[in-house]
Amino acid sequence: MKREHKCKIISKETLGDAIFMVLEVGDMVRTSFRAPGQFVHINCGHSRLLRRPISVCSCQEDQPEDTLSIAFEVRGEGTAWLARRPVGHSVDVLGLLGNGFDIRPEGRYLLVGGGIGVPPMRGCAQYTGGRSTAILGFRSKEKAALLKLFEGDCAKTLAATDDGSLGHHGFVDELVRQELAQDRAYDGVLACGPKPMLRSVAKAAAGFGVPCQVSMEERMGCGVGACLVCACDMADGARKHVCKDGPVFYAEEVDWDA
Amino acid sequence: MLDLSVSLAGVTLKNPIVVASGTFGFGREYSQFYDLSELGGICAKGLTLHRREGNPAPRIAETPMGILNSVGLQNPGVDAFIAEELPFLRQFDTKVIANISGNTPEEYGVMCDKLADAGVDMIEVNISCPNVKAGGLAYGTRPELAAEVTETAKQHAKHVPVMVKLSPNVTDITEIARAVESAGADALSLINTLRGMRIDVNTRRPILKMNTGGLSGPAVLPVAVRMVWEAAQAVTLPILGMGGVSKGADAAQLMLAGASAVAVGTALFADPFAPLTVRDELAGLAQKQSLSAVRELTGGVQPW
Repeated sequence: MKREHKCKIISKETLGDAIFMVLEVGDMVRTSFRAPGQFVHINCGHSRLLRRPISVCSCQEDQPEDTLSIAFEVRGEGTAWLARRPVGHSVDVLGLLGNGFDIRPEGRYLLVGGGIGVPPMRGCAQYTGGRSTAILGFRSKEKAALLKLFEGDCAKTLAATDDGSLGHHGFVDELVRQELAQDRAYDGVLACGPKPMLRSVAKAAAGFGVPCQVSMEERMGCGVGACLVCACDMADGARKHVCKDGPVFYAEEVDWDA
Repeated sequence: MLDLSVSLAGVTLKNPIVVASGTFGFGREYSQFYDLSELGGICAKGLTLHRREGNPAPRIAETPMGILNSVGLQNPGVDAFIAEELPFLRQFDTKVIANISGNTPEEYGVMCDKLADAGVDMIEVNISCPNVKAGGLAYGTRPELAAEVTETAKQHAKHVPVMVKLSPNVTDITEIARAVESAGADALSLINTLRGMRIDVNTRRPILKMNTGGLSGPAVLPVAVRMVWEAAQAVTLPILGMGGVSKGADAAQLMLAGASAVAVGTALFADPFAPLTVRDELAGLAQKQSLSAVRELTGGVQPW
């Protein structure tokens, strides 16, 4: 049976605009890990009725407790509350929820992250044993601290910044095109970030005939598929739900014009 | 030993805690957390005659001690429910209450026929959804239309009790309650959500894509208690009370106001176990007051 976990915060640091936290999560990883790209649903204080869905950065089975890391930006009162929790305190977590990326540990993927969509790609990097390539987008060099999460976990790491202060001056989809033009033997493109970025990355991948999966975001209620609020419009006219059917979808399933 | 069982329109619930329609899907998701036989009953996700994809996202916004939603009755249609979901719910020792919305009284009738034949324990007739244009709220705010829908539902529901879900978005809840009672309803459920709106002050856009939605959560509890109290004095029908229940004492308030049973909804999103916690806290409260049956709470308020 699923349950809520009281999870102790064992470390916390600020990386660029993100808060990076490691939690002790009991047997959560052993009992509910499916693939990198899942999320946890965190209770952010009693006066807030909705949990906050946060992508898992990386997680592992461990003794005495499994551990899991998350990275999030303070966007509102809930995430501000979570960011203030001191190390040693516990938070109430539902997880792991949703489906992750459809990937094989022996595969080699092009991992694409933008902004706060960068940390969730780390799990994919680790899962594929350092064979994958990461293309990570940031506003500027100062905001690129999350890059360090990828050191040693990828065969190659490329950065793009909006202001050109680090790596490629421009968007990640331009780097995706450059990389695929040189080497299209990737098993897939996996992307997480704002919807316009996902759309342009999906378009780039499609241009080279490489399958693309995207991690979608939507305002969420229950997190488990019961309340149906986190609707995602599909290309076939159906409305699926990010929490239960996603958060990861194949790019061609998604209605990018919605 | 405290007796937790209650009767709602002739249906015996093992305990007074039901889960509210639209917050519990068809039970599959929360069955991964606990045995659904622990619940007094399950009001299944609202059904329409045909499949509906619902409204575009965002469909939810958080508000002070509440949430707004604008799902818009996304559901697979009554036939798919009967074929695929009802057999699943029937595995559990709990009462299954189907919730229906129609565009016309005739649609309510067709759905009642199908559900009565399929064998649900009760039908909750939704005349109060604030998130759809056709039917929905229009039926719930005009007594003559509410009565017409109730009458049609009763004609087609055969032996299955019909419970009519009322909207709080009215000036006088007793007027609708009386109309529905006269039309033959077996029970009332209230309240549905209150219409509300939240605006992002930076983008100047409403959070919800539909602009407005239905407010639920602890913020609406006092409205629910007041409306249950008013309805209970106006009619003799049993009442399923709901609106912002997250604690045993909240459920007790609704029962004291006149409810025979209580539904838990929005509280599930923070805590999937909320219905069981509410049930246990309610039992504890009844025991502390030396009651022999929790149903003794119903209508027990002593107004000034």
